[in-house]
Amino acid sequence: MKDKRILLSHGAGGKLSHDLVQEFFLPSFDNDLLRALDDSAVIPVESSRIAFTTDAYVVKPLFFPGGDIGRLAICGTVNDLAMAGARPLGLSASFILEEGLPIKDLERILASMKGAAQEAGVKVVAGDTKVVEHGAAEGIFITTAGVGQIPDNVKIGSAQAKPGDAIIVSGPLGDHEIAVLMARGEFALQGEVESDCAPLNGLVEAMLKVCPDIHCLRDPTRGGLATVLWEIAASSKIGVVIDEGQVPIREQVRAVCDLLGFDPYYLANEGKLVAFVPEGESDTVLKAMQKQPLGKESAVIGKVTAKNPGKVLLHTPIGGHRLLEPLSGEQFPRIC
Amino acid sequence: MNPLPRHDEGKLAPLLLEKIGELADLPMRLMEVCGTHTVAIFRSGIRSLLPQGVELISGPGCPVCVTPAGEIDRAITLARRDGVILATFGDLMRVPGSSSSLQQERASGADIRIVLSPLDALQMAQDHPERAVCFFAVGFETTSPAIAAAVQEAKRKGLANFYLLSSQRIIPPAIRALLSGGRVKIDGFILPGHVSVIIGRAPYLLISEEFGLPGVITGFEPLDILEGIYMLLRQREEGRTSIEIQYSRAVKEEGNQHALAILNAVFTPVDARWRGLGTIPKSGLVLREGFSALDAAQAFDLPYEEVEDPPGCLCGEVLQGIHRPPDCALFGTRCTPEDPIGPCMVSSEGSCAAYYKYGRGDEGK
Amino acid sequence: MCLGIPGQIVAITENQLAEVDFSGVRREVSLMLCPDLKVGDYCLVHVGFAIQRLEEEEALETLKLLDEFLEASDESSSEA
Repeated sequence: MKDKRILLSHGAGGKLSHDLVQEFFLPSFDNDLLRALDDSAVIPVESSRIAFTTDAYVVKPLFFPGGDIGRLAICGTVNDLAMAGARPLGLSASFILEEGLPIKDLERILASMKGAAQEAGVKVVAGDTKVVEHGAAEGIFITTAGVGQIPDNVKIGSAQAKPGDAIIVSGPLGDHEIAVLMARGEFALQGEVESDCAPLNGLVEAMLKVCPDIHCLRDPTRGGLATVLWEIAASSKIGVVIDEGQVPIREQVRAVCDLLGFDPYYLANEGKLVAFVPEGESDTVLKAMQKQPLGKESAVIGKVTAKNPGKVLLHTPIGGHRLLEPLSGEQFPRIC
Repeated sequence: MNPLPRHDEGKLAPLLLEKIGELADLPMRLMEVCGTHTVAIFRSGIRSLLPQGVELISGPGCPVCVTPAGEIDRAITLARRDGVILATFGDLMRVPGSSSSLQQERASGADIRIVLSPLDALQMAQDHPERAVCFFAVGFETTSPAIAAAVQEAKRKGLANFYLLSSQRIIPPAIRALLSGGRVKIDGFILPGHVSVIIGRAPYLLISEEFGLPGVITGFEPLDILEGIYMLLRQREEGRTSIEIQYSRAVKEEGNQHALAILNAVFTPVDARWRGLGTIPKSGLVLREGFSALDAAQAFDLPYEEVEDPPGCLCGEVLQGIHRPPDCALFGTRCTPEDPIGPCMVSSEGSCAAYYKYGRGDEGK
Repeated sequence: MCLGIPGQIVAITENQLAEVDFSGVRREVSLMLCPDLKVGDYCLVHVGFAIQRLEEEEALETLKLLDEFLEASDESSSEA
């Protein structure tokens, strides 16, 4: 293709659109379902329940340390399926391209999506492309959907937590949001924080293998750990108690939080999960997680109680406690 | 460098608490006048650990909370003017004026940008010579020298498009007004560590000399606060009333004289209105004549209209420590962080927001 | 009010600007309010300005007081 940038004509449905799909999209996601180029992908399903999820990706900047909008799109959808205990059957990816987007950027994003899909062992089986005029999108927006099948013996949901459950987190929190914030350059902070963007389906499979009876799985994306814990406490009508000293947070992430007045419990993660695990199984699950590349820094951070249903309590390092409320609105940097 | 590394906290906190417990059979009401202390006290879990005899109340230490709605309205008027970029600290984005907020104005198209430092606003002015960059300055003495330095720099650089909309205040007159008012019973003050980095110890002497109360200049780590509380109880035990420095690693007796000189070269005290406290003499800061060309209020001929506090809102009494947030009928019902009525709920370090977010401290019992 | 974060000066550029390290994160900080700070000094930073040098000896003073508590409590528990 000789054009260096996306043009409105690429979205018109004619030869240019066809060329765009053939030259860039098909090779990135190549699989037999996609190659058929039918209006729908047809997938055989074995289990009695399927998981179905959708998401839109509008991150700015498009590229940041540890990932980009493409990787985010694949991992985000895979992770939503994984949090239901589902094995991904297929993803769709629909692209809204801004007129003027450099083709090189598109290539880079698609290559990244290909890599993430391979890592996760998933296929992109359906897609769409539209082009909007300059200024109507920020370079590129990606919307995904994902379908997965849930093994019959798995019953995971936010309403499934029980008193006594151990709460495990798969690694340090806050990396993604801080990496993106620093990449935006708004506050002139220099550092080496990388997004943790990664597909968690492998980790979840390893966990379910040793403990099919996991009660809750959530990935703490927007709103962070606090929001996830609060939602589970409300759905399951139980209380959550977290030991602050056990929650892993990288020093650099803490430093940025200190500088901006942010609370790390509200920061978005894109490669971490929170698991509510039956009391007796927590050691087994933790060990299985720590053997996985994406779970090496897993830690038990708290437990479920019958007291104070609907509330999330933090035990502080000095031995006191306080409530952890869900995020209201967005966090603005503060100086006070 | 953390001179009080976190791993010591678990061991040392119980000891300080024990000492505090030993001295607390006679109740003692301690007021802090720093929003950052309000938040630190809540977040550390200290509230849940203090013996019943020690009561902590929050005073007018949140600069956002004490800014009258009329000053927010004035900033909004400025932001709506053609060609203006309003630069502000994030703390102010959600504060309600009489009918809107900076956050809402930004959504409506006003060019409002969050900065971490007044120097960022200066840079904006250099990068956008065709726009008027107005820095909305709210804060106490910790922040004012920095703003003063930025103003001096703007003058040195000959920047014709940098302006200041000042809503700055100073703490000691507010403490005097509070104590003179006699409406709130206080036995001692936890004094703001970072304000004191600038002003030193002397400005607080009025507390001990005129009103016979002890004060301790305290830092913000949990151990700092516990030590500060202990030092106040110990003063009472030993029959002393003086102003002591707990935060000695950062606070000098004389403060930061260089910073004070810069502050005084640029600003001069003026009477100012505080939400809840009314007008307090010489409690605000205004640009001196030599810098008045940078005064946004003058340059843009901004009207100022006083706004009544919303009906039923107890922020005024809460700010003086006369009432606690749960005493307000609107607290947690009509007034929440998502839908706040008064500034004490809006500000991330307002008393009401802290109570709402972090709890009262008895949830674990 | 106010967030003041301790950091270490790793470089001083011209115009009283310094690069300050906060546990691996770095930002430019003005020394206009503390012109005597040197590379290697720890300082308290607020709104992009160093507002005071942090004194290591003073920090240790505070720790000493707390250490005294610790010793006293160790003694009393060993006497018990």
